[in-house]
Order: sequence, then C-alpha cells, then structure tokens
Amino acid sequence: MTAGQVPAPGPAPTRSWTASLRTRITGVLPPGQALPDRQPAYVASWIYVFGVLSLAALVVVIGTGLVLSMGGVAWWHDSSLGHFVNSLHLWSVEIFFAAMVIHLWGKFWMAAWRGKRGLTWVTGVVAFVTSIGTAFTGYLSQSNFDSQWIGSEGKDGINSLGAGAWFNVLNPGQMLMWHIVLLPLAVGFIVVVHVVLVRRHGVVPPLDAAEPGAPVSRTEAD
Amino acid sequence: MATLTRTRTTTPDSHAFETRPYDLVKEFVIALAVVAVLTTVLAAVFSSPDDKAITMQRWAAAAPDDVVATAVGELAGTTTSATYGAPYNHASEGQKLLGLPLQKWGGVRIPVDSQELVLQPLSGFAGDPRLAASLQLWRSASPQQQQTWATSYADALAKAGGNPAAVPVGGYGPVPLLASSFLQLARTGGLEGSLTSSGNFYGGDQTRTMLLLADGAYLEDQAVAQHLGGDQWGMMNETGNYPGQPWMWLYTFWYQVKPFSTSPNADAQVWALMMALTLVLALLPWIPGLRSIPRWIPVHRLVWRQWYRAHPRA
Repeated sequence: MTAGQVPAPGPAPTRSWTASLRTRITGVLPPGQALPDRQPAYVASWIYVFGVLSLAALVVVIGTGLVLSMGGVAWWHDSSLGHFVNSLHLWSVEIFFAAMVIHLWGKFWMAAWRGKRGLTWVTGVVAFVTSIGTAFTGYLSQSNFDSQWIGSEGKDGINSLGAGAWFNVLNPGQMLMWHIVLLPLAVGFIVVVHVVLVRRHGVVPPLDAAEPGAPVSRTEAD
Repeated sequence: MATLTRTRTTTPDSHAFETRPYDLVKEFVIALAVVAVLTTVLAAVFSSPDDKAITMQRWAAAAPDDVVATAVGELAGTTTSATYGAPYNHASEGQKLLGLPLQKWGGVRIPVDSQELVLQPLSGFAGDPRLAASLQLWRSASPQQQQTWATSYADALAKAGGNPAAVPVGGYGPVPLLASSFLQLARTGGLEGSLTSSGNFYGGDQTRTMLLLADGAYLEDQAVAQHLGGDQWGMMNETGNYPGQPWMWLYTFWYQVKPFSTSPNADAQVWALMMALTLVLALLPWIPGLRSIPRWIPVHRLVWRQWYRAHPRA
C-alpha cells in the first residue's frame, strides 16, 4: 500500500483485547460520570472543596518536586532559586496534608463509606498513609541536619520490626529513590483509583435520605 | 401514603436525586490556582528551613572530648551501634514485640564493625609512624587485650570528666594515641567521606558515618536544643519555627506516655500499635459501633443543613 491510500474497510473484530479493555473502562466509569456537569442538589457545603483541594495540592507538590529533581540533591542548598523551589515544595506539602486531613474528617462525619463506598474509604486511608511515607523519605532526602536527626531516630523504628535492611533510612541514595520514584508512583496510583471510585459511585447522599419517589424507609445500614 | 419500614435498606443511589449544574473542571482549575498562589505566598514569606548537616570536622571543633569518647567507645564495643544488634551486628537480640524478636529475625544484612568505624579511617592516614605502630599493636593484640585497654581508658576518661589531657598515665595500650589521632583526622576534615560505601568513588550510603555520628552525644544535644528530641514531640517538629509534620501527632504521642515512654521495646510497640490503628481506620466502614459514630454525633446535619431543612424527617 502506498502513502495516502486508505485501507479497505473490513469487518470489525468482535473480540479484540482493545475492544475488551475499552468496554471494561467505559463499564467501570461511563464518560458522563467521569466528568459530570451536574451534581446532586444535596452537595452544598464547603467541606466538599477539600477533596479537590487535596488533588490540586498534590499536583503542585509533584510539579515543584519535578523542578527540584532537575537541580540535583545539592541545588537547593547553594542556590537561592533552588531554595525558593524547595520552599514551594514544602508549603505545597503542608497544604496537601492539611486539605487531606480535613477531607478525611469531613468524610468520616458524613459516613461517606455508605452505599458500597467502603473501598473508596480504604483507598483514601491508604493514600494518606502512603503520603506520610513519602513525606518521611522527603525529609531524609534533604541532606541537611533534619535528615541526619530524622534518619538517626527513624532507623530504630524500622529496624525494630526487622525491615531496616530493605528500607535503610541512613542510605540517602536509597531514600531519594523511594521519595522521587517508588512512593510517588504508589501515591499517584492509589489516588487515581480513589478518584475513579468517587466518580463511579457518586457523592454519598445525606444520612437517612430516602431515594426520591421511593417509600420512606429508615436506613439502618451505615 | 408513606410507609415506614425497618428493613436494612441500602443507601440510595446518588444519581437518583435531583441535580443542579456543576463544573468539575472549573472547580479543579480554581483550586489549583488557589493552592499555587497560597503556596507561593507562604514560600515567599516564610521560606524553608535548611540547617546545614553536621560534618565530622564541625563535630571535632565543637565537641572534641565527645569525639574522643566516641572513638574509645567504638574500640571498647560499648557504643549504641556496637551493641545494637540487627541489621548491623549480633551484639544483642534487639527489640521484641510480644516476645517475638522481630529485629533479630530481620538478620544482619548491613554488617557494621564498630572498631572499624575508627580503624578504617586511621588506616588510610599515612605518614605518621607512631600511628602506624599503634595500629599494628592494636591489630596484633587479642580481643581480650583490646577490650582491657579500651575499657580502662574509657573508665579513666570518665573519671577525668571526659578530658583526655587530665587522664593519668596507665595501661591503655595504643588506645590514647588512636583516639587522639582520630580527633586530629576529624579536625582536618579527613573523616569526611572515609566511611561511605567502603571505598566506592560514588559514596551514596551514609550508614556507617551516621552510626558513628549518632554514637556521640553532640548530634542529640543539637537536636534537643531544637526541640527535636523523642520526648519533646520531636517527630512533629522541624528546625526553626516551621509547621513541621503535624500529621505525625498520634505516632509521636505514644512516645510521651507510659508504658511506651519507659519501655526498651517502645519502637516496636508503637509501630505495631500504629499499624493496628491504621488498619482500624481503613476498615472502619465494617466495624460495628465505630462506623455508627457519625450517626450518634450529628455533625452531618451541618454538612447537609440545606438538604435537611428542605427534607425534614417524618
């Protein structure tokens, strides 16, 4: 076939891996649920902002981290620009955790796990815990006094469980890899799963709310 | 007519409720802009802490007696790292959890010989015949003889208030000269990098250097002065007046109270407790009682106050 020729139309494959994957993806999350332009009327509180704020802060954390990584491990010690980028990274992390904790508490008081949303709650908790690990390895990667002291103290906890050989907090090279590769991948993955679950199941209705049009019932399930 | 059923109903589908317009992408972009601006303002106003790492040279200049005492302790096998256990050596069983020696089970996978923390840097310090003779004498002596020399000198140092110059002459073998040479080497900056990665040009592993530094008192003294000590809620703090890691509050809390604050197995106990509590948090939707707390304490009526106003309970 020469350039410019259009391939002749053939019968569409009924069962290809590609078609199966597409069917699977759209089955898990239909386009209308992935990016909705309407939401239930009961969604009317500032507490709903903190989930999106967590996500936005994570984007800033990753963005500033990418810039920091370009300069190498010593850049932010000996360059005012590097130090400023490090400051951006620090404060975006502080905002990220603040937003995430408020989001978590908000969802707790809303009992947001109701209606088969248990896995959404679990992925949120795992995202929080993995983020703590990422922040911890970030402090160890700073190669300053904080890193020395946190490494010196932190090793005892991890060694006490017999895991220190595989996660050696006194090895800054290893910790840097955990901080900029392994744990961000883990956080990124779990956050994507969390957001997909949120979009798939929608925002949890108010406690004791009856489905519109249905007979009034008392919801006992939490 | 509405009926009241006591069946264990499921939470209604959120998609069945009346809706109103909502722009998800716009909300995210605004949130991103707000976070970016807030981050920039906070960074510009408050900057970020960066206390320089303690070098061996700085340690020697600020606390020479501590360097000598640490070197003698490494030779005598009495320092923290010398008596640590896994993953560095077999000197102790390490911490236990419910009687199980988890630390020991991890194995000695990062071997560290405390004497070599002193002897290896000194061995590379050529040009001093007295030091070479002292090293030769030390290495040719039996372990018992080495122990006797180093322990005698450590005791004499303690009696002299840590001041090597005030130690009376005694049977310490080559230990005083090894220790003073070690201090001299540290003062010149020659200790820097000498323990990283066993001669690897790209020394990226600071395990042995950090163990040596942490065996002295100077590192901890500096940390305590910055309110970073374990009994000062130090895991939440950061050098200077910065917010640090407030998300560590519960982990840090346990170290402040008994039985953890006085337990030799505190690290293992606190880690296990925090893992158990994290598991409880993750599995909370399925734990009777705990999952009902939001129903008993109706904070949700604030969140959905508009909805409850429009839909009063029957």
